[in-house]
Amino acid sequence: MRLARGLTVHLLIVLLAVITMAPLVWMVVASFMANGEASAFPPPFIPKQPTLDQYVQLFTRLNLSRYLLNSAFLSVAVTFISLVINSMAGYAFAKYRFAGRDGIFKLLIASMIIPAQVTMLPLFLMLNKMGLVNTYFGVIIPGMAGIFGIFLIRQYALSIPDSLIEAARIDGAGDFRIYWSLILPLCKPILVTLAIFTFMGTWNDFLWPLIVMTDDSMYTLPVALANLSGEHVQDTELMMAGSVMTVMPVLTVFMVLQKYYLSGIMAGGVKE
Amino acid sequence: MADSSRTYAYVVLLAPALIAIALFFFVPVLAAFVLSFTDFDIYALGNIGVARFVGFRNYLQLFQDPLFWQALRNTIYFLLVGGPLSIAVSLGTALLLNAKLVRLKALFRFLYFAPVVTTLVAVAVVWRFIYHPRFGILNFLLSLIGINPVDWLGDPHWAMPAIILLAVWKGFGYNMIIFIAGLQNIPTSLYEAASIDGAGGWHRFRYITLPMLAPTTLFITVITMIGYFQLFAEPYVMTQGGPLNSTLSIVLLMYQQGFRWWNMGYSAAVAFVLFLLILLVSLVQNRLQRRAAH
Repeated sequence: MRLARGLTVHLLIVLLAVITMAPLVWMVVASFMANGEASAFPPPFIPKQPTLDQYVQLFTRLNLSRYLLNSAFLSVAVTFISLVINSMAGYAFAKYRFAGRDGIFKLLIASMIIPAQVTMLPLFLMLNKMGLVNTYFGVIIPGMAGIFGIFLIRQYALSIPDSLIEAARIDGAGDFRIYWSLILPLCKPILVTLAIFTFMGTWNDFLWPLIVMTDDSMYTLPVALANLSGEHVQDTELMMAGSVMTVMPVLTVFMVLQKYYLSGIMAGGVKE
Repeated sequence: MADSSRTYAYVVLLAPALIAIALFFFVPVLAAFVLSFTDFDIYALGNIGVARFVGFRNYLQLFQDPLFWQALRNTIYFLLVGGPLSIAVSLGTALLLNAKLVRLKALFRFLYFAPVVTTLVAVAVVWRFIYHPRFGILNFLLSLIGINPVDWLGDPHWAMPAIILLAVWKGFGYNMIIFIAGLQNIPTSLYEAASIDGAGGWHRFRYITLPMLAPTTLFITVITMIGYFQLFAEPYVMTQGGPLNSTLSIVLLMYQQGFRWWNMGYSAAVAFVLFLLILLVSLVQNRLQRRAAH
């Protein structure tokens, strides 16, 4: 009875894993096929003669390295800048007493309910006026500070004992010294979590870069891929290679830093 | 606690974040509200003086626009079918992974979660080929059990279900993680006591697991609904809103009106309707939560 139940549960789990992984596995497999090979019935599950042709085409004919570079630069820049700005604010909200602190914080939390799409039209007009449409700043500026990031860091910094900060102050450390050499190292786990969230969020983001990057050479990978997939409807294998190139960097980051990412979901899950 | 009478360092620490959020979040929100009462269009883009206040005209026009109602219906269809389905799959997988006798939990958790971190545009491109009427894997698998090929993305009846399937596949791992955390917070003593009283598996699930998970489920329902309201990339990549507008979503309508036709006043009104819908869901959640607390 117990054995039978164990077998059923495992069968289910493995079956679900196969279904979940199938699209990703097929994406990788088809990316190594020759032109047109995937368009057959029944669909082939193994390349006849594995080839890197599709990847070569992506980099030679389709300018993929440019998109890869755009995505990498923007994701790293947004992550780094927002981490500094959010951690400063999160620390201030957690450990300083000043008039209006709780009111401002509550206002910020309440405004998280406003979907980003609402801001996009005026933001585009503003950036257009400033001449920042179709520049890296167009993506970096709205990502510089984030309420969720400030919230995460504040919650974490609250647990740092005041006595530690007082001791550093008595030793003669100034406010910024304390922030940089005491608070930041202590907040390292939440900073790593937030860094992964921001990096992946920026890498995977689609709607805003689609709006603000109007020139082909400024496209991020998802925007370029969406654009190419419209032109190359028949080139299954090529598009699979493009998808692999888009997905693999984030999947790798996740694989390596899984622990931090999952703990971040929990931290967000206890928002109330 | 730092002594604030001695230092204004907090001003410097806060300033970059608060200025950035005020300038690039709060100002645009207010501007969008104003914009939704103007006829801002492509001519105003060149010369803002051309734009005029038109009162509630955009909203009135919106409520008479069959395309808007279609987008609203589609989005609600996506949300009411896809949301519960996704939550059910999340709960099911969480229960499976939480079962005591399961081996290699970390591996399976990773496999189930992997789609969550993938790029939506990329997997939408992949799924477009999975749904291919002639060469797609899905129709091939269905043909094995004798089902005739379906033109998933080309048939107005099947396009939205196809998008729902992709969304569930892509997202269920996220809620699964939250459910697992919720399950692990249920004291095992409750189950032990129930077992002594002779409660079977189904009864333990019905009278212990489900009630104890209620706060988690409420939270998950709300974040899922808010997320599902913002459907955009799937139809943009896979169907462009078609066929026959059967997958046109509210955000896609906002994007098309604002950034393809440059009807920015009209588009801002669409954005605000989206905001109001999300606000409504959150208020209902707040009510329910307060009631549960009593």
